Amino acid sequence: MHTNYLKKMTKTKVTIAVTGLNNTDNPGPGIPVIRSLMESDLFEVRIIGLAYENLEPGIYMRDHVQKVYQMPYPSTGTDLLLQRLDYINSIENIDVLIPNFDAELYSFMKSATKLEEMGIKTFLPTLEQFEERHKAVLSEFGKKYGVSVPKSKTIFSVSEVYTLTRDFDYPVLVKGKYYDAYLAYNPEQVINHFNKITSKWGTPVIIQEFVKGTEVNVIALGDGNGNTIGAVPMRKQYITNKGKAWGGITIDDKKMLALTNSIIKQTKWRGGMELELIKTVDNDYLLIEINPRIPAWVYLAVGAGQNLPEALVKLALGMDVKPYTTYKTGTMFVRYSYDMICDLKAFEKISTTGEL
Amino acid sequence: MKIKKSIAVSETGFVFDPTTGESFSLNEIGIEYLNRLKEGVEKDEIKKEILEKYDVDEMTFESSFNDFINMLYAYQLLEKND
Repeated sequence: MHTNYLKKMTKTKVTIAVTGLNNTDNPGPGIPVIRSLMESDLFEVRIIGLAYENLEPGIYMRDHVQKVYQMPYPSTGTDLLLQRLDYINSIENIDVLIPNFDAELYSFMKSATKLEEMGIKTFLPTLEQFEERHKAVLSEFGKKYGVSVPKSKTIFSVSEVYTLTRDFDYPVLVKGKYYDAYLAYNPEQVINHFNKITSKWGTPVIIQEFVKGTEVNVIALGDGNGNTIGAVPMRKQYITNKGKAWGGITIDDKKMLALTNSIIKQTKWRGGMELELIKTVDNDYLLIEINPRIPAWVYLAVGAGQNLPEALVKLALGMDVKPYTTYKTGTMFVRYSYDMICDLKAFEKISTTGEL
Repeated sequence: MKIKKSIAVSETGFVFDPTTGESFSLNEIGIEYLNRLKEGVEKDEIKKEILEKYDVDEMTFESSFNDFINMLYAYQLLEKND
């Protein structure tokens, strides 16, 4: 007779380093990724937060991060980044690293082999995948993979602004290489935004046709062999003046899922991604951006039944991952802000020692 | 004219379209119209019921019902071929 009615489930202990702890009004995905991992049925996670600035809110969320280290900015180069990670790894023994900033991804992708040698696993897009989906070359991406994209042009100087009327009707969107997007109704406004963006992110600046419609997004995870491990479409319900979703709802949109599967299959996408789309009044979909990482609203997917950060960790660790095939439609999220009372000692420690 | 199959209507008149994520609130008469349309009841039958049930003339019904149908079209709550 079997007496083994109940088998105690034991979780695998993993140490995961996460960036993007800037849970601000332009939130990084770090904290939502951590929340998702904390709800994993498989893993017992120890989270190492990696921060660039000493006021990133996630640093002080001690129930989410067990230890935090300050990191050198990506612009300082990969050598410094690797040196710092080598030091952190010697103390923390990191199993998996999940970078969450667009601007740092290039450095981490370039360093993936060296990180692997240190015993740190990642699950990132390839450099080719990363490069060909850049906003500046989205038109080429659209042609190559048969995806509709809005007309866009890359400009490098203010002198090009006055020639835009040859190709565009106002208003147009003025976008930075990595972040920021502003609507401009005339050349003067384009120049204004051009200067604002280049002072932060440098050139090029992307001019994109403004398409009227509903903003819809898909979060997805590709296994690197052309398979979609999970995908959840969402409609933004509440958008901040920075264009960020402050509220959203999962939708049952077969066209969006088909488009996602097609892109992942053709590109053999590896890792997390977010597709930003505009659904026009004629029910056409235009791809306006591919973010090569997990988006900040990832926890909605977890709420709808797909723990994609957990699946990403499994992929990084070389485990078998069964694709998610369903999710709950009509799952909503509403974001909120929250004032934490922080200990000055903690601020002092991270500011002076770079560790907390 | 067919209401999208996937549309969910609660007793309180909250309508949710899972394909677009849009939600709407219906007033009492809107709840009656939508529920009857979802059941596949034709306009003439709905008209008969409403005229019997409420103190309303035919012209007012026509105007109210057509207005409602136009809103269903505008918010894309009808099946595509309608």
